[in-house]
Amino acid sequence: MSLVSPLNKVLGLGSAKEGAEHWWVQRLSAVALIPLGLWFAVALAGMEDMTYSSVVEFIRHPVNSILLILALITLTYHSQLGVQVVVEDYVHASTLKVVTIVAVSFTHILVAVAGIFAVLKIALGAAV
Amino acid sequence: MNRVERPLSPHLQVYRPQITSVLSVLHRGTGVTLSLGIFVLLYWLLSIAGGEQAYINAHVVLGSWLFKFFYLGWCFCFFYHLGNGVRHLVWDVGIGFDRGQYRVSGWCVVIFSLIASVSYSLAVIL
Repeated sequence: MSLVSPLNKVLGLGSAKEGAEHWWVQRLSAVALIPLGLWFAVALAGMEDMTYSSVVEFIRHPVNSILLILALITLTYHSQLGVQVVVEDYVHASTLKVVTIVAVSFTHILVAVAGIFAVLKIALGAAV
Repeated sequence: MNRVERPLSPHLQVYRPQITSVLSVLHRGTGVTLSLGIFVLLYWLLSIAGGEQAYINAHVVLGSWLFKFFYLGWCFCFFYHLGNGVRHLVWDVGIGFDRGQYRVSGWCVVIFSLIASVSYSLAVIL
């Protein structure tokens, strides 16, 4: 006889209460990063030079601003999910593991917000 | 509680390196390396947002030969992680698990990432 309630059996989450969600969003962000990553590589290759006015002009173009912000969000999210798994696999002491994962998570959020802020400042700031 | 430090199994070093295991380790390694690269991307964006003088100052670092060397590494990491990531996504829909198929797809990823990163490096970075 199982003590698991029928509802919990159907939900199938087990005692960890999560797991599939992490796996799924890692795949979703990976799929999104294929076009975003290729766009960024092609865009960088297409830059005539890397002078200040050229890079500002590039980032100020609305299509590029939007794609850069999307890329920053997806990239930091995907990176967070990946680095978290690496920490979970190799850091065994439970306190250190939790502290490291929280630090990794905070760092990724900080990087994402700072990056988006920079793009917005360039895109919406006064023309050079 | 005293915990005896017993040897753990499996030891990675007792296994003969295979295309499957080597590419799997490489996927992780390139992923973590690319994660570190996000800091460089952020530094580049913040320097542009900081105005022309900040950008010129940052360019001393970002345009240096040392960083060009790093870009070559990140370039390979990008194309490898991209190619092998697609290989993983194909596995996720249930294709390519047959004996031999994962070896062929593995070598395809190696060849793709080498050709793509060498061409991109020659055309764009150097």
